[in-house]
Amino acid sequence: MAKLPVAEENIVTKFGPHKNYSPKDGYPGRDEPDALVKTHCCFCGMQCGIQLSVKDNKVVGFEPWMEFPFNEGRLCPKGVQRYLQNNHPDRLLSPLKRVEGQGFVPTSWDEAMSKTVSEIKRIQEKYGNDAFSMLSGVSLTNEKSYLVGKFARVALKTKNLDYNGRLCMVSAGAGNKKAFGLDRASNNYSDLEYAEVIIVAGANISETFPTLTHWIWKARDRGAKIIVIDPRMIPLARTADIHLDVRPGTDSALYGAMLKYLVDNDMLDHDFIDNYTSGFQETIDAVKDYTLEWAEEVTGINKNKIREAAELWGKAKTSFLLHARGIEHHSKGVDNVVGCINLVLATGRIGRPYCGYGTITGQGNGQGGREHGHKCDQLPGNRDIENPEHRKYISEVWGINEKDMPGKGLSAYEIIEAIHRGEIKGLISICFNPLVSLPNSNYVREALEKLEYYVCIDFFLNETARHADIVLPGSLQEEEEGTTTSAEGRVIRIRQAVTPPGDARTDTSIILEIAKRLGVEDKFTYEDSEAIFNELRVASKGGTADYNGITYKRIEDNMGIFWPCPTEDHPGTPRLWEDKKFKTPDGKAHFNPAPYKLPGEVTDVDYPVILTTGRVVSQYLSGTQTRRIGKLVDQYPEPLLEIHPKLAQQFGIKQRELIKVSTRRGEGIFPANIVETIREDTVFIPYHWSGKKSANQLTPGTLDPISKIPEFKVCACHLEPLNEIAPPSKESTAYASV
Amino acid sequence: MNYTSFNKNEEFFVDMQRCIGCKACEMACAECETNGQESLIHVNYVDRASTVQTTVQVCMHCDDPVCANVCPADAISKDENGIVHTANTERCIGCSNCVMACPFGVPKKEESYDLMMKCTMCFDRTSVGKKPMCATVCPSGALFFGTRAEIQEMRPNSTPINTFIFGQEVVNTKVNIMMPKGSTELIIY
Repeated sequence: MAKLPVAEENIVTKFGPHKNYSPKDGYPGRDEPDALVKTHCCFCGMQCGIQLSVKDNKVVGFEPWMEFPFNEGRLCPKGVQRYLQNNHPDRLLSPLKRVEGQGFVPTSWDEAMSKTVSEIKRIQEKYGNDAFSMLSGVSLTNEKSYLVGKFARVALKTKNLDYNGRLCMVSAGAGNKKAFGLDRASNNYSDLEYAEVIIVAGANISETFPTLTHWIWKARDRGAKIIVIDPRMIPLARTADIHLDVRPGTDSALYGAMLKYLVDNDMLDHDFIDNYTSGFQETIDAVKDYTLEWAEEVTGINKNKIREAAELWGKAKTSFLLHARGIEHHSKGVDNVVGCINLVLATGRIGRPYCGYGTITGQGNGQGGREHGHKCDQLPGNRDIENPEHRKYISEVWGINEKDMPGKGLSAYEIIEAIHRGEIKGLISICFNPLVSLPNSNYVREALEKLEYYVCIDFFLNETARHADIVLPGSLQEEEEGTTTSAEGRVIRIRQAVTPPGDARTDTSIILEIAKRLGVEDKFTYEDSEAIFNELRVASKGGTADYNGITYKRIEDNMGIFWPCPTEDHPGTPRLWEDKKFKTPDGKAHFNPAPYKLPGEVTDVDYPVILTTGRVVSQYLSGTQTRRIGKLVDQYPEPLLEIHPKLAQQFGIKQRELIKVSTRRGEGIFPANIVETIREDTVFIPYHWSGKKSANQLTPGTLDPISKIPEFKVCACHLEPLNEIAPPSKESTAYASV
Repeated sequence: MNYTSFNKNEEFFVDMQRCIGCKACEMACAECETNGQESLIHVNYVDRASTVQTTVQVCMHCDDPVCANVCPADAISKDENGIVHTANTERCIGCSNCVMACPFGVPKKEESYDLMMKCTMCFDRTSVGKKPMCATVCPSGALFFGTRAEIQEMRPNSTPINTFIFGQEVVNTKVNIMMPKGSTELIIY
């Protein structure tokens, strides 16, 4: 019964989002805190060091942590304001149950747990184990991610577990495994400092990873040339040496043409290609017709700019290539990723100082979370759930019979599709807000309404949780001990600064309690988070993501350890591939052909404009946290439709006029922001908002066939000006839109 | 005031070309206990319709501060370290003379308090050996607080300047603006 119990507006009134502001004079005790807790930001993959000020078991402020080497005190606005998620009026303080006509009312832990366990058993007995699914997320620590993976397979005994990293790094992960046999950024960010040329592809660093800007600018101060590939003139592109304003959905054509240029002009590292790679010939055969003229036609980028970029890249002695969701959120996300890697391998600039490559992992623990837990096809240590040896090893660690280990399950969006088809009947979610973050939200809502039982663990009542039968109040990042792994592959310590308020409990204790009630207490008993980490170390041992040699003490003593780290006397691995021994079966780095293909949806007469989506600096993902922090909301109060003046003129659109944007999936109304900083054929809407303000009403559920990532970054839309000017942004209530 | 730890070798440097408009500085500035959740540093788009370029404005802490000179209530003072302090709340009459006189447009009248408020270079932090909050958190180095030797080593292509020419008026400031290498002054037309 997963329909809303009362009108959604009533749920919002009670549970938010409400905007939280600090009192004018700060929280009491801020100036004399009981403790300054050295930990990390709860948001993106940079995992900036920060000190939280604690008074009387409340987080009352922050103080920069100058010694943490990646950010040395630097923060973005989200980091500065992150402490306001604690002390928040929307915080869930007791378990809630859905009561038809009344909404969500408090209930006891015992009743909430009993109901949950009896519904899990009922559904699994009636429809089979796999009819109960789990969706998780990588804001969770390594310990929780590992625990969720084990919980789904050993306690729930379902194969259908997946996670919100499916919307994030999976294309990069799949591409890296194809090319290198391992999924991690090859270098830490200090290798940017003396890179001669830096390519940033589909990564709005200044808004999504602001503290990484420091390292890019540092390289520029040393004379580095910066090439930014993005359909918009993002802040980083404004002062870049070359801005390649790519038409959304055509990235692989650009990389293919650049590779052909390197081949035609012999800007290749033949020694590296001959001795340490495979697949070169078929890869360059795939791009043999990709002339600069052809690329200009396909990508919309002036061919001289493509040539200049290829020249710079070809002639450089050192370089770094970074990419993120802009090239990965595509039905050919993996092709785009291997297209980038081909440029790196062709020039042999990897595994040496200031020669780097990597995806910029988006979520706080996007790196660690995807290695050890809740990916539908994976076991800890980045092992393969279908590999007999891997299954055997993890079964032994978990004390189960290998034949009882579920196989490969459905990916996140496929789970929603299976719910929609009626094949999956039950869902438990933690740290995932699919109603806002998945594409085609009208379809996602229909699916949620078909669930027979849905239990959500979260600290706020996010939009998806409004469809739950039971809500279990969980914990914030700063309420449990643990570790995360930053985008650099650095394993770091998350500290418990405070305990959960009211009757809220730690996520770990909630999962352990459900496991106990499902009859597997013997496999889910841990003294503390460190005990879970120590089991993770053993589980990861011998896998590509080997944490065996990493201990809490070593992390604390060294401000982080880079995996792989197989033994306690191993220093960790800040830079991969120095030995040029890759983790592929043949030990070589693999070129992979990446021929250009059309995106899943192209423009036509009915839907003549390209729509792309992305983020703004003051919001984070589905906004469960950041749409509740007053100043972050006020900085960018509502989603705006960015449109070039020429396209605006074509549709007769005026500044801040309300525009109905329609696609084959749905429609939404957004004020126009007419700016020259976007391609003339493309409009942009940021996606952090809910309900009728959600960009994901419009986006398609087309998936990459390998990574299963949805194609958020390109679809076709129609624009209709409504002849009405929007009220001022500061009056907007989009943060709580239903 | 006691400035036992104020390091006179450390200076403030602003580099507009590095600003990414994220407003971490505004958020952090407002957290200061003396600011009542108001930011005294201001980030603005130059012209969002044509560019994402932003400017960031702190108090420049003039050698001969016009704001103090035009204050009828003697509410604004400059100390021995060259820091021009925000209006003394007991003296400020909210007349806005300083707001109109400042060549950089720094002081703002906070209507809710009927007071002028402006940046004091975080005297509560700088006086105990810390860096100002905005320059600490700035993720792009648009704001930097440190020694002249440090910035010259870090930014070999830029020169800090602190002489501004407004028509006939020459204004020298404690805060530096990073300009192309070899620059000596900034002329504002």
